[in-house]
Amino acid sequence: MSEYLFYIVAAITVTTAVYLIFEKNPVFGALYLIQTMVSLAVLYILLEAQFVAAVQIIVYAGAIMVLFLFVIMLLNLDIKEEARNALPFQRIPAILMGIALFTVICIVIRSKLLQGKQDQYTTAYVQSIGNTKLIGNLLFTDYLLPFEITSILLFVAAIGAIMLAKRKL
Amino acid sequence: MITITHYLVLSAILFTVGVIGVLIRRNAIIIFMCIELMLNAVNLSFVACAHYLNSMQGQLFVFFTMTVAAAEAAVGLAIIVAVFRNKETVNIDDINIMKW
Repeated sequence: MSEYLFYIVAAITVTTAVYLIFEKNPVFGALYLIQTMVSLAVLYILLEAQFVAAVQIIVYAGAIMVLFLFVIMLLNLDIKEEARNALPFQRIPAILMGIALFTVICIVIRSKLLQGKQDQYTTAYVQSIGNTKLIGNLLFTDYLLPFEITSILLFVAAIGAIMLAKRKL
Repeated sequence: MITITHYLVLSAILFTVGVIGVLIRRNAIIIFMCIELMLNAVNLSFVACAHYLNSMQGQLFVFFTMTVAAAEAAVGLAIIVAVFRNKETVNIDDINIMKW
């Protein structure tokens, strides 16, 4: 059952991602990207990362993509603008280079380079405590310093966005 | 049986699609969305590795990636709005004032 679900959701994810890069209208592109992110949330649920899936939908599909759509509609772009392309010959080499990159990544995945140590958080253990509770515990104990630095990063980003968007400093 | 390889290959496909999108598109907002797609692909491999190694670190790292992505989206879109205000376009062929 979950195998079929994986293949269906993976197909939807890749299809919408490919539609995104060939879509002329940025609004439709943003909608395709929202679908990609929702499908990724389904994959996170299949990987038993329920909290990450919820955050993915709330933060990515909710907050970030609404910001993108807001900016697209604020700028009110001309769709024909895209037709003017100074480097039309860049398209085919770009696709070939992308295929080459994919081949290299696949070689690395198939090699024995990617080895990891098994940790204690088995599915049964995580389910006995709860995914969200475990993540919260780790965030506020072992990962407290990165968490605080992250809050400073968000603060700086908010100030930077306001300063950049201001008309006159 | 779905192994970690399936998820890593899916992640590689999504990352490649994002790279190709950055290279072939000329609209700055679409390029930005392709960068978000690449960040999402990396998040997927983090979560897959965390699941198959019975680890929690991958899931925790995804939160930090998401925070960086959110900060990047806010600042980057502000830059795009500022550029549009000066140049009346977001086509990156016209935004070449910093090129040599």
